[in-house]
Amino acid sequence: MPEISAVTRTVSLAAEDDLPGFRRAARRLVAEGVVPEDVSWFVRSTAEADLFDTGRGVDGAVDPAPALMLPAFFAAGCQHAGLHADPGRFGLLYRLLWRLVHEPGLRHDPLDADRVAMEQMARAVRRDQHKMTAFVRFRPLAVPADEGEGAAETIHVAWFEPQHHTLRATAPFFARRFAQMAWAILTPERSARWDGRRLSFGPGARREDAPAADAGEQLWLTYYENIFNPARLKLKMMQKEMPRFYWKNLPEAALIQPLTALSAERSGRMVEQAASEPVRRRSAASLALRIEPAAMGVVGAATSLEDLRTATERCRACPIGHAATQAVPGEGPVGARLMFVGEQPGDQEDLHGRPFVGPAGQLLARAMAELGVERASVYLTNAVRHFKFEPRGKRRIHKTPAQQEAAACAHWLEEEIAMVQPGALVALGATAARSLLGRPVAVTAERGRWLGRADGRQVLVTLHPAALLRMAPHQFDAAFAAWLADLRLAFEGSAALA
Amino acid sequence: MEINRKLAILADAAKYDASCASSGTSKRDSVGGRGIGSTEGSGICHSYAPDGRCISLLKILLTNYCAYDCLYCVNRVSSNVARARFTVEEVVQLTLDFYRRNCIEGLFLSSGIIQSADYTMEQVVEVARVLREVHDFRGYIHLKTIPEASPELLARAGRYADRLSINVELPTVEGLHALAPEKDGQAIRRSMARLRIHIDDAKEAAKPLAPRAQTAVRPRRAAAPVFAPAGQSTQMIVGADATSDRSILTASASLYGAYRLRRVYYSAFSPIPDASRALPLAAPPLVREHRLYQADWLMRFYGFAHDEIVSADNGMLALDIDPKLAWALAHREHFPVDLNRAAKEMLLRVPGLGVKSVEKLLQARRIRTLRIDDVSRLHVPLKTILPFISVPGVGARNGLDDAALAARLKPAPRQASLFDAEPVHA
Repeated sequence: MPEISAVTRTVSLAAEDDLPGFRRAARRLVAEGVVPEDVSWFVRSTAEADLFDTGRGVDGAVDPAPALMLPAFFAAGCQHAGLHADPGRFGLLYRLLWRLVHEPGLRHDPLDADRVAMEQMARAVRRDQHKMTAFVRFRPLAVPADEGEGAAETIHVAWFEPQHHTLRATAPFFARRFAQMAWAILTPERSARWDGRRLSFGPGARREDAPAADAGEQLWLTYYENIFNPARLKLKMMQKEMPRFYWKNLPEAALIQPLTALSAERSGRMVEQAASEPVRRRSAASLALRIEPAAMGVVGAATSLEDLRTATERCRACPIGHAATQAVPGEGPVGARLMFVGEQPGDQEDLHGRPFVGPAGQLLARAMAELGVERASVYLTNAVRHFKFEPRGKRRIHKTPAQQEAAACAHWLEEEIAMVQPGALVALGATAARSLLGRPVAVTAERGRWLGRADGRQVLVTLHPAALLRMAPHQFDAAFAAWLADLRLAFEGSAALA
Repeated sequence: MEINRKLAILADAAKYDASCASSGTSKRDSVGGRGIGSTEGSGICHSYAPDGRCISLLKILLTNYCAYDCLYCVNRVSSNVARARFTVEEVVQLTLDFYRRNCIEGLFLSSGIIQSADYTMEQVVEVARVLREVHDFRGYIHLKTIPEASPELLARAGRYADRLSINVELPTVEGLHALAPEKDGQAIRRSMARLRIHIDDAKEAAKPLAPRAQTAVRPRRAAAPVFAPAGQSTQMIVGADATSDRSILTASASLYGAYRLRRVYYSAFSPIPDASRALPLAAPPLVREHRLYQADWLMRFYGFAHDEIVSADNGMLALDIDPKLAWALAHREHFPVDLNRAAKEMLLRVPGLGVKSVEKLLQARRIRTLRIDDVSRLHVPLKTILPFISVPGVGARNGLDDAALAARLKPAPRQASLFDAEPVHA
């Protein structure tokens, strides 16, 4: 329990990591109005405990001081900064606490000097904790059979030297990670032990108390030696993240010097060595796998829908195909009474490889449901086969295909129409209308009536569902109703045509 | 072959893969389970090799036999390196043993392509399955997926792995044709798309249900299926062909946008033992790799668009200064930035100011006027920052118009060494 001397305002804490003690004492001192300059903080070692234990302290078991309303950053920072090796840490923390109580503006100022100092200490401690989670190296130790019933056969023991007083705070991490493994971490100040159920702490230990290297550790050294690329030596970078302070307890650190010394020679040899002739002949499998660039260019006419799909996939007649995931073929029954033609696949269609699966496709599905038409009864496709986009931030923004790109794609659409033999066509939006009719079409002027194509097929032009999705909410309902009327006409008309 | 020898060969074969992160996955631990292992969101680097790279995962190949002949790869079919193959059980035991010693955060398993893409992928997935199902291993698992493997195998891989990756290796189609003739750019993109769909679906399923009218009846639901909670990543090799930094960054931006990759790794083409005749042997362009990482960072965290980072002339990033400083020097008309009034987007463009520093400045300036002392307390490079900012007490346009500003801010010239060589062009 912390003891506060009435005369000298000396607080003596039970241990280096006695943060609860610090908090209780600090609350008392603030309640009593003791200014930071009048307090000195000590940590009792066994000897000191005798020296300072004058019996004039306050009984810490009673905790009369009220809790203080403190900003969250202080509680969090204190929890870490309080474990710093700097003996001045408690003085700093109390001063900051005092100031937070008496200076209302301070809690909003992340750049105050005391606060910055606390954050720096906290950061050093968090780093030390993190390094412990990284650099503790367990070695298995066989436990003699007479240890008692239920004792583990092996206990994993590590020797570690933290830079700050961090063992107690870090041990729970290992308990969570190695819940089904008995382990112990020994440090000069304290030791921690987990038996599979309970975490306990004991006195400090010596390095010799931990087991020596075993055969299994050799495998780790082999790995370390071989994962290093001698052509990329960057020692400074390494030391920044793995300071020399920790090297003495890392088995692999003994390899750093020899590996470094050899690296220039090893990489130099690789650079100088002439390329060798392969001893092995290339396997037939390897040659068969080769993708010939010649097969990737413009492709000739296809004879079936399946052929058409494969051929479209390989088409690079315009640059869109390079960036897209895949060509999106049409989908639906041959001889469908209606073929819907959209502009091009969007983000979702590009990922799925299927037409009209994104938001616009869902709107089209909704419209069909309202008209009582099965989606599966119509043929859905696009004028352009690949998704054209522009990367922006973490999204792909749809870009309208250029006229040339649509023209390069037009023959795929014509071949598809020839194979599917639809009763009639619906052009969704201007790109589709242009591709189908071979002339620029003003959609708003020509929508909602049947137009003839050169091959005699009838085409009904209307908006692309994506255009409806872009509308302001107050315009949507009317626009959707008008669009639905166009589509109804298409279905009724195609029935009449059939 | 004894295990030590196999490990030496198969770790050596895996060292050219840059990715080793173990962060960003779901939080879990082994309390109440049958095995060991935990992940707490942020990854842990358990060691560092003398090449400055962190060792977080046991990064090995299941085998370095490979049917492919990718010229930049030490494991290509025509290479004369020693070959080895682990059994599934050997990889499982190595992983568990290293994990118990606290040497690693988990496993990163890749493989040469043997027999067929599906056969190879099945073996890789089997290692993850045994770790998860037989040993209840809850550490991190990263699997390298074979793009040509079947969608069903990709889906299984995602159930066991924290992260999946498919290396695009070369940012352009021409590069792939020339150097990796068996690699199919289309298949790679299609697999990435499949993974993104799975990941998106799993995330969607894990979202909390919208509150219902009947609050008394709490809807019960089964746990959402988890699929690669740490997402997917990829790697590009830099300096093996003549691709410019602009093309590389455009490819990255497109990959981030299309498939929501968590990371694109840039791996400077490294001299390999027994190199192919078709590649020039030279020191790896490490500085260029570093600049690409910095540029990538600017795209992901600083609001830079991929096409504004590289200067117009030759399509390459400057090697002597970092890309943010280079951008600021080339766009001095946007500076100095008033620390007390400028928008966050603009503060993020000040060379030397990081995301966290900017957050602190924004918070502090809400209650008082920032002064130069505040900037000093941020522990940021004052010399670099000063010309680009204005705060009360600092002369306006502090040397910003000085023609020699760039020279003043460049790091002191050093003796050129093997490790900061000019980029290599094939």
